[in-house]
Amino acid sequence: MSRQTAAPGPGNDSPVGSAELETELASDDLEELAPPSGKNRLWIVRGLSIIGAVGAWEIFGRQVDPLFMSYPSEIAVAATHMIASGELLVGLTSSLRTLIVAFFIASVVGIALGLLIGRYRVVDAATDWLVNALYATPLVAIIPLVVLWFGLGNTAKTFIVTILAVFPILINTTAGVRNVPRQLIDVGDAFAANERQIFTKIILPSALPYMMTGLRLGVGRAIIGMVVAEFFTAITGLGALIVKYGNQYDTASMFVPIFVLMLLGICLSLAVRRAEEWIAPWKATEE
Amino acid sequence: MISKNIKLAVENVSKTFRVRGGQYSEDHLLPVLRRVSFDVYENEIVSLIGESGCGKTTLLRIVQGLVHRDAGEIRVDGRPVAGAGRDRGFVFQQANLLPWRSARANVEFGLELQGVPRRKRGERAQALLELVGLGPAGEQFPHQLSGGMQQRVNLARALAIDPAILLMDEPFSALDAQTREVLQLELLRVQAETGKTILFVTHDLDEAIYLSNRIVVMGARPGRIKRIIEIPFGYPRKDLPELRGEPEFQEIRRNMWELIRNAPPLAA
Repeated sequence: MSRQTAAPGPGNDSPVGSAELETELASDDLEELAPPSGKNRLWIVRGLSIIGAVGAWEIFGRQVDPLFMSYPSEIAVAATHMIASGELLVGLTSSLRTLIVAFFIASVVGIALGLLIGRYRVVDAATDWLVNALYATPLVAIIPLVVLWFGLGNTAKTFIVTILAVFPILINTTAGVRNVPRQLIDVGDAFAANERQIFTKIILPSALPYMMTGLRLGVGRAIIGMVVAEFFTAITGLGALIVKYGNQYDTASMFVPIFVLMLLGICLSLAVRRAEEWIAPWKATEE
Repeated sequence: MISKNIKLAVENVSKTFRVRGGQYSEDHLLPVLRRVSFDVYENEIVSLIGESGCGKTTLLRIVQGLVHRDAGEIRVDGRPVAGAGRDRGFVFQQANLLPWRSARANVEFGLELQGVPRRKRGERAQALLELVGLGPAGEQFPHQLSGGMQQRVNLARALAIDPAILLMDEPFSALDAQTREVLQLELLRVQAETGKTILFVTHDLDEAIYLSNRIVVMGARPGRIKRIIEIPFGYPRKDLPELRGEPEFQEIRRNMWELIRNAPPLAA
């Protein structure tokens, strides 16, 4: 019932004559006129599931000590207070500013280094041990050290977010450069492209989808880095709000920045994914 | 129609690969081509045919400059060639289109590398897309094109740089039988319109006879020329199914089959 099978319609199997070659189509251009009805039904199921979960939370959440748990309506009330006082907006802008600056630095550094490492074996040999070691280390472990270096201000936060986000970007960029199909390089060679042309016209565009994947993974890590950094350096930002209301045992208010973070994560990932599909439509269909 | 101007000269070309030994074998040398010589005349279609391992694709890649030769000389229009050059256009077995470029931008690729201005190469690309029957499909991306259409773009891309000779590496082997016959016909039409000289690698006997003015039959281990066969049919040719019915076609096919199959035991 809900399975999506693409059965060829009857009467479509007339032989393709040579004159009709212009109508040849690749399979992903074909779309069924009537989409299987299961798709709409799934959305209904999804909506019911959300309503059910939130409703259950509302009902059972009220029966728990408000110290340990809150419930949706109370969180909504807390949210309106925090929005009205401007507290939430201040926290959000502070967090976003760090996030954007750090993510930008991480992207530039990660892509530049990734291209060098992927292209030149010498650079790779000089750095691969360090990259692998740092990527494998849970980098939140060095936060106390970073605080010693940079104090509790924005520099420390920016540094932490950058270093967390840079590795997925770097590693995916490197993989992109290494995985350029040999046949595409052959095309460049056959048309007598020089070294620079091969790099800009074949390697770079071919590696682009990998870079985008790196950016998408990097966004996720950047958000984690931001919150953790704000826990430690707890002065501003959404992370600081969580710590503050946690310390005040105001559980409902504590949930507000958590939800904002959740929304932020979803939006940023979606944005990068859209960008991926836009930049590399031929790859997006493979996933 | 076919002149006796030599367009491509292949002289005493040899190539040996080193095969890395596995767990149980030593490294050894694999001679893939031994002293191969032949000429291709202007406006002519010549096919290279032979069993797998006879080095026909390697030979084609050597002519293009994608593989270095160990010995011998290759001349295009009398000029010796070293490395890849724009006097030769290569049509790949798999279309190898750049997936981030539209069909038109793929055709423009070679011109772009040469620094031809945008407008001029756009016009040339459009003309070539029309020549290969893809006039309206210029904005499509490779993943939106069928295998046959991709090979048409592949051909247009090679023609765009206006090479002296077109090198085609089994370009129709991955296509279904119907599309293959259509494209063979199209290739003959394009060749008649452009007058291009073509060196064509194939393992399909019918395809070789149908397209070629001459066929170079190669043997394996090491790759060498066994015989060069002249095809008596003129151009424009009859349809392949019709041509296939002729006794002469059958005889050429039988002879060639014998020649390829009866590979003599390893000549020391």
